[in-house]
Amino acid sequence: MAMSYNSKDEVDGGPPCAPGGAAKNRRPDNTAFKQQRLPAWQPILTAGTVLPTFFIIGLIFIPIGIGIFVTSNNIREIEIDYTGIDPSSPCNKCLSRNVTPCICTINFTLEQSFEGNVFMYYGLSNFYQNHRRYVKSRDDSQLNGDPTALLNPSKECEPYRRNEDKPIAPCGAIANSMFNDTLELFLVVNGSFSTAIPLKKKGIAWWTDKNVKFRNPPGEGPLQERFKDTTKPVNWVKPVYLLDSDQDNNGFINEDFIVWMRTAALPTFRKLYRIIERKSDLHPTLPAGDYFLNIKYNYPVHSFDGRKRMILSTISWMGGKNPFLGIAYITTGSISFLLGVVLLVINHKYRNSSNTADITI
Amino acid sequence: MERDPAAGEDPAPPDRRPQGRRGRRRRRRESRTRTVRSNLQPPPPASAHEEGAAQGARRRRRWWWWRPGRGGAQHLADNRLKTTKYTLLSFVPKNLFEQFHRLANVYFVLIALLNFVPAVNAFQPGLALAPVLFILAVTAFKDLWEDYSRHRSDQEINHLGCLVFSREEKQYVNRFWREIRVGDFVRLRCNEIIPADVLLLSSSNPDGLCHIETANLDGETNLKRRQVVRGFSELVSEFDPLTFTSVIECERPNNDLSRFRGCITHENGKKAGLHKENLLLRGCTVRNTEAVVGIVIYAGHETKALLNSSGPRYKRSMLERQMNCDVLWCVLLLVWHGVWVRRYQEKKALFDVPEADGGSLSPVTAAVYSFLTMIIVLQVLIPVSLYVSIEIVKVCQVYFINQDVDLYDEETDSQLQCRALNITEDLGQIRYIFSDKTGTLTENRMVFRRCTVSGMEYSHDANAQRLARYQEADSDSEEPVPRGGSLSQRGSIGSHQSVRLVHRTQSTRSHRRTGSRAEARRASMLSKHTAFSSPMETDITPDPKLLEKVSECDRCLAVARHQQHPPAHLSPELSDVFDFFIALTICNTVVVTAPDQPRQKVRVRFEQLKSPVKTLEGLLRRLSPSRLTGCGSAASLFPAKSSSKSGSSFLPVLSADSALLGLEEKLSQPAQAQAVASEGCGEDGWASQPCAPEGCAPDPCALERAPPPPPPKDPELRYEAESPDEAALVYAARAYNCALVQRLQDRVAVQLPHLGRLTFPLLHTLGFDSTRKRMSVVVRHPLTQEIQVYTKGADSVVMDLLLPCSPDDARGRHQKKIRSKTQNYLNLYAVEGLRTLCIAKRVLSKEEYACWLQSHLEAESAVDNREELLSQSAIRLETNLHLLGATGVEDRLQDGVPETIAKLRQAGLQIWVLTGDKQETAVNIAHACKLLDQDEEVITLNADSQEACAALLDQCLAYVQARTPPGAPEKTPAGGAGGRFYPLLRLPPEAAAPRPCLSLVIDGRSLAYALEKSLEDKFLFLAKQCRSVLCCRSTPLQKSMVVKLVRSKLKAMTLAIGDGANDVSMIQVADVGVGISGQEGMQAVMASDFAVPRFRYLERLLIVHGHWCYSRLANMVLYFFYKNTMFVGLLFWFQFFCGFSASAMIDQWYLIFFNLLFSSLPQLVTGVLDKDVPAEALLAQPQLYRSGQNMEEYRPRTFWWNMADAAFQSLVCFFIPYLAYYDSDADVFTWGTPITAIALLTFLLHLGIETKTWTWLNWTACGFSALLFFTVAFVYNSSCATCYPPSNPYWTMQTLTGDPLFYLTCLIAPITALLPRLFFKALQGSLFPTQLQRARQLAKRSSPRKPRAPRDPRGPLPGAPSPDTSEPSCPGASAPASQDDASPGSWPPGAPEASEEPSPVDVSVDVSVPLREASGRRAPGRPSGPRAAVPERRSGDSRAKPARSGRTASLSSVFSLPHFGSPGWISSLSLVGGLGGVWQLSRSSLHGDKREAEFLPGPPPPRDGDLCGLGQRAADYF
Repeated sequence: MAMSYNSKDEVDGGPPCAPGGAAKNRRPDNTAFKQQRLPAWQPILTAGTVLPTFFIIGLIFIPIGIGIFVTSNNIREIEIDYTGIDPSSPCNKCLSRNVTPCICTINFTLEQSFEGNVFMYYGLSNFYQNHRRYVKSRDDSQLNGDPTALLNPSKECEPYRRNEDKPIAPCGAIANSMFNDTLELFLVVNGSFSTAIPLKKKGIAWWTDKNVKFRNPPGEGPLQERFKDTTKPVNWVKPVYLLDSDQDNNGFINEDFIVWMRTAALPTFRKLYRIIERKSDLHPTLPAGDYFLNIKYNYPVHSFDGRKRMILSTISWMGGKNPFLGIAYITTGSISFLLGVVLLVINHKYRNSSNTADITI
Repeated sequence: MERDPAAGEDPAPPDRRPQGRRGRRRRRRESRTRTVRSNLQPPPPASAHEEGAAQGARRRRRWWWWRPGRGGAQHLADNRLKTTKYTLLSFVPKNLFEQFHRLANVYFVLIALLNFVPAVNAFQPGLALAPVLFILAVTAFKDLWEDYSRHRSDQEINHLGCLVFSREEKQYVNRFWREIRVGDFVRLRCNEIIPADVLLLSSSNPDGLCHIETANLDGETNLKRRQVVRGFSELVSEFDPLTFTSVIECERPNNDLSRFRGCITHENGKKAGLHKENLLLRGCTVRNTEAVVGIVIYAGHETKALLNSSGPRYKRSMLERQMNCDVLWCVLLLVWHGVWVRRYQEKKALFDVPEADGGSLSPVTAAVYSFLTMIIVLQVLIPVSLYVSIEIVKVCQVYFINQDVDLYDEETDSQLQCRALNITEDLGQIRYIFSDKTGTLTENRMVFRRCTVSGMEYSHDANAQRLARYQEADSDSEEPVPRGGSLSQRGSIGSHQSVRLVHRTQSTRSHRRTGSRAEARRASMLSKHTAFSSPMETDITPDPKLLEKVSECDRCLAVARHQQHPPAHLSPELSDVFDFFIALTICNTVVVTAPDQPRQKVRVRFEQLKSPVKTLEGLLRRLSPSRLTGCGSAASLFPAKSSSKSGSSFLPVLSADSALLGLEEKLSQPAQAQAVASEGCGEDGWASQPCAPEGCAPDPCALERAPPPPPPKDPELRYEAESPDEAALVYAARAYNCALVQRLQDRVAVQLPHLGRLTFPLLHTLGFDSTRKRMSVVVRHPLTQEIQVYTKGADSVVMDLLLPCSPDDARGRHQKKIRSKTQNYLNLYAVEGLRTLCIAKRVLSKEEYACWLQSHLEAESAVDNREELLSQSAIRLETNLHLLGATGVEDRLQDGVPETIAKLRQAGLQIWVLTGDKQETAVNIAHACKLLDQDEEVITLNADSQEACAALLDQCLAYVQARTPPGAPEKTPAGGAGGRFYPLLRLPPEAAAPRPCLSLVIDGRSLAYALEKSLEDKFLFLAKQCRSVLCCRSTPLQKSMVVKLVRSKLKAMTLAIGDGANDVSMIQVADVGVGISGQEGMQAVMASDFAVPRFRYLERLLIVHGHWCYSRLANMVLYFFYKNTMFVGLLFWFQFFCGFSASAMIDQWYLIFFNLLFSSLPQLVTGVLDKDVPAEALLAQPQLYRSGQNMEEYRPRTFWWNMADAAFQSLVCFFIPYLAYYDSDADVFTWGTPITAIALLTFLLHLGIETKTWTWLNWTACGFSALLFFTVAFVYNSSCATCYPPSNPYWTMQTLTGDPLFYLTCLIAPITALLPRLFFKALQGSLFPTQLQRARQLAKRSSPRKPRAPRDPRGPLPGAPSPDTSEPSCPGASAPASQDDASPGSWPPGAPEASEEPSPVDVSVDVSVPLREASGRRAPGRPSGPRAAVPERRSGDSRAKPARSGRTASLSSVFSLPHFGSPGWISSLSLVGGLGGVWQLSRSSLHGDKREAEFLPGPPPPRDGDLCGLGQRAADYF
């Protein structure tokens, strides 16, 4: 709207020529797009048109749901709460801070044998690993082995950034609160004799975490050298380079540590602790029978009403035991099917009247 | 540019509002006047401006400037056009500053900046700024682009060439426009555009005239006359800029195009007034004049043209609700968080991170921090992209509206223009249309129809027939395809065409050759030829009787003159006839041009003759003061020749005369001056004007040119009129052989067959203005030498100014009789819908004239309140008039107006017509355009006092309430005197039997009373009951007041449509202003939001585009709110599981870009392209428009259902993953990513349910969205192992894709979430379909599923459903139903509008009726076949009424009104045949009627009897 006229029209000469000539007119193009006449599919949502969808959903979901449900039911899983809230629990004694180290033993029985690889988890409840300030409280560069970040961790780690004028490695609240109970599993053979179940420490973290995301500080020397000038997190007993004897599983690339650093989504979570590998096809990994769990009880959860559990579980193609998804599929499928039936009835009943209504509009 | 909200409320006069920043800034410092001197003169000595510039401050206020080269006082704008807002340097800050004017942007930036506070930050600070920066960048880029295009066009204009006088070279040299400065002298040649506002100092035209075409400025295609400044027009030699020493003082730049005041002071101290006739405005084109010279007064941005240009308007609203909603949530979270923190504070949880200093946060501080973070998390999602999306969608909608080929007008080659970019959706919610009449409903193409002279009526039957033929020819030519009708019909078309051929006249052959009037009109528009000159207007078939009389007096006068007799022996009637036509011919401002040389006036110069002629003329004049000057000036110069010529009784050979034409012109001016001087009073007035002969300096341009062709011999002259009425009258007079052949500043020439050419010295022209409502010319009659005043004006005004006639003598009685007869005929004309004008004259004695002249000249030369003085002077002149006659001019309805009105009314729109015309005319036009129906009751409100008006209103209300059925509970205090009249918005639904609808007619005076505070509620209440309201004689201010009243009190969307300057205020006040780019210029268009070429396009604009825009936008906004509620819901539910810590499981990238990138495109495509109902169905069933009016798509209930659904969906989408991943080892973001994917899929599917039409664009957009999300996720999740804290989602997506659980949740969650919606949609679609759904179903059923070929919009809709033939009920009945919360879903399937429609519709309609019949424009009066009767059957009641078309109506139904007679004060009458039932409820009009009745000569006709009867009865009542 700069000017209300267009000088160009005027300058290059008088009136445009008479009709019939090549007078440029402003008629808009008569194209399908500009005239909003693009070919279109125009679904109309009525009982008649929609009901196949409902039936199809029902028919697809119910079988899927059954499949999942069955699969989930076939998964063996046992969960042992060893928080020790219950006074009768062997771990009750550990609730008081005085007993250090506190070791308690919990007996349990597997009714059925566990086939295939068995995964050993520890589970925490009411532990808000997803708390905003908690989640932020880490330094990925440091964990990636960045030497500068190692000695000068990110501010996000406050107040677990420096301790006694030394940078904390690994810094931050997540690392500081790392789960530090030790669980050992024993099979009771013949009543009194027991054998320890071999627990595999490695392979519990994501491959990318272990190999890409987490790295020890560079250097040739021993880990202790590489971590010099740093101090351990406040709550830790040992520094990070003493987490394990295996060089491949020590320092930042300690898999227990890596697993812990992957902050859980929900306040009730489990984290993979060990893997009990299947020995052979013939024997079940964990035969039915009596077991006991040896716990070195370090991790305090009582203060925030948390619970600690140990879980043994086999897995299927769809992961761990999860009855919910199967039920959800079956429910949705059934509801959908039912709604389809309702629509069918409606369609049947109102077809005529709606047709007549159309005429009398 | 935000639209000033106050601007809508306060239609301040345009000159009050400073336009643009420049104006505002300047205003403060500048004095009220500016002074201009020549740039060529050296600066004046200090003493020269001592009087003005004594103090420094004073000096700063006064702007002297001179010498452009010295860079002196160059504070004034030069002529460089700079409309760009930015420079390279200022772009960034300035643009940002402007963008931050929008509060939302500030808000977003603040929120983003909040992220930089570590305690509360939710995202990486830089990232959080990204969306805001993106939006700002996009907007900035858009602004930059616009600015650049402006810059380019500026450059183009700045580099136009122009001749400017150069001091160094002492001649005119070519300069660029931008180099022109104030005080420069420019020389403009014919057809050049005026580069700045120039004061006209010299013209090649010997009369000192110049014609300009202002089409660029206001769209008016007729020529305007401009005049050289007094004192310069008389210069002998060519104007020499070097000698120009005068000082011009004028008002400071303003934007009032129609006003310019100032004065010029010559060196000798003499002063002369300047007015707008002296000013050439920038942007206009010089026509008809070879060259003009002027001094630049205003340049560049100070020119009136630029001060007048303003950008498109913007309106904004919405969104607060959503923001408040979110803030509410934040507050809730704050509380929860506080509670939670307190609960866990003391427990020293491992995960509870203490502050940096080791201490813990107090619960309150923690809560506040958390609150702020929550705001960031929740708000970043919401509005940024909503703004952008809505803007994009609106722009696209505007684009599509502009592109609609059905809104393209062939005739004017113009399409609809959207000038406001962001109120498209308002088009779909209009409830009230306020329409101007003239030029809006009618064509504003005046056609002379009939006239009455001296009490005799001349019906011009042949003329009427001719017009009828044009009309039919039109409709034929516009429907070139034979409609498969009967053969006889086609035969009749053929015969019409042949008749038309016969009636073609020479003058129009060029046009007629092209076939239709439409094309002819287009041709004339295109070629910018004369306005108002279509053949329909120019070819007038004279009435034989009148023609006979005219030629008789012509003959008589010719003989008389020949014999040197005074013409007194003419009978009074014949002399009236003669004067009547003379008045028609000269009482106007019409300019004559010859068609073969358009806009190039014929001019010959005889310089060598100048001085002898002057003396000779003076001599002759002195010798024979009563000499005839007619029949060519040759008579005065060469008596012998003159006598021989005037003796001849055939047409004078004008070519022979032409040589003397210019001569004659020169003669008259001194003659006039002399005449004035001789009368004793004039010296003073003319003294300031040098009595030099007018400037006829040898003009190089003129000399170069070959001798101009001889003036037109044939009568084919073109008339350039300022208003169509004038043109119509001049053409009419020409049809009676009384042709205007020349108009100059000081005289007009009339060509008569016997008398030959009569030249009337034109002493004064008192132009038309809307307050006086009349114009006059003062001439010296060439035959009698009397000074005569011819006045032409509205009958109401002129009739009051007539000379009071004494009832004693016979002459007086005769006069009285003539007057009453004329008044009668005037009423008759009005009833026929003609515009009436009265013609009167007055003979002034010399003394009277002299006295008047003195005062007039004083007024004219006054500098202060000149206008006021002039109008007072005019009033003094225009009294004691002698009535000559009256004319009836028809203003034809535009094509398709009745059909459009019917459709709009079916669409539930209430149409008010606000017109300045007189009541009868308005009522008749209303009938013609079917605004009033035959069986409608018309309430007429004419009151002459506030009390009367109140009483009338009360009575009408009582009557209206009496009409409502007794069953309906109504507690309306009937006489709510003083108290508030509250049941304004709610009325009991009228469920009784159909009754005739009410209409309200109110005149301007009553309207003024009714708009008073105390009465406005009542008036509005009454008006709401009426189906149509007609406000006659309303002023522009009243128009806007009415619109404002309805808008504010009824809370309804209003649309105002008009074409003229008088509609501007109304257009500005209304929610949607529509301008018609018609003949009355561009002012209405400039003020409007939408500009349509014709009224009928309103139908498609509202019913199709309005509906679409509204429904699209409503659905999009709903969808937007749904989307955000749902997405925020996900985060919200998570707060319960993260300790209300404002943590988010969705990665920050997804959060920030979700709305912006992943989910925006599909909704944009749907928002732009979705069509809920095809255009054909919308047009066929206009009642579908009501869904928009009732805001069915966006009423609170819909909104909250939508919200509830969103909440449900977010629950499903949150808790299915929650339960699926409960107690698992999934980390936050491995769990959050599936939720994001689920949300996206849900959104897409939801949109799929909501989308009604799926084009390939929709599919592509949806596919693109999903693909984009996964691509971005993959790339993002593999890009960096340690970046993006705190989420660090490295390899998350890749891991997820290997997890079956991911797919399983992604499958079930969206489907489960959407099942209920789909189910209810289907259920509702089957059980309670809304009107819209039904229409869609029908449209789909009727059209095969293939793309429709491009076709004529008015072509047949295959099997389209015929319109709902139910009578659109009276607004009073339908409005309450629409305003209560009757949900569309609650309508029983069988009776769509049972609650609304008084009568269940049982008219079965032939479904095969093609749409064309329904919407085609049928000219009234055409025989309507059975199918054509379909629209008529709208009347809805089952009694089969014969389809009546046209205005011919029977009187039979008048007295058969239901509930008639219960109130004693009310009576039914038929005012005149064809009006149908009229409720006349007025006092003043009764008096008027009585007066009229006593004028009646004989026994009154039956209708007047009724009037009397009513008067009697009404008098009894009062």
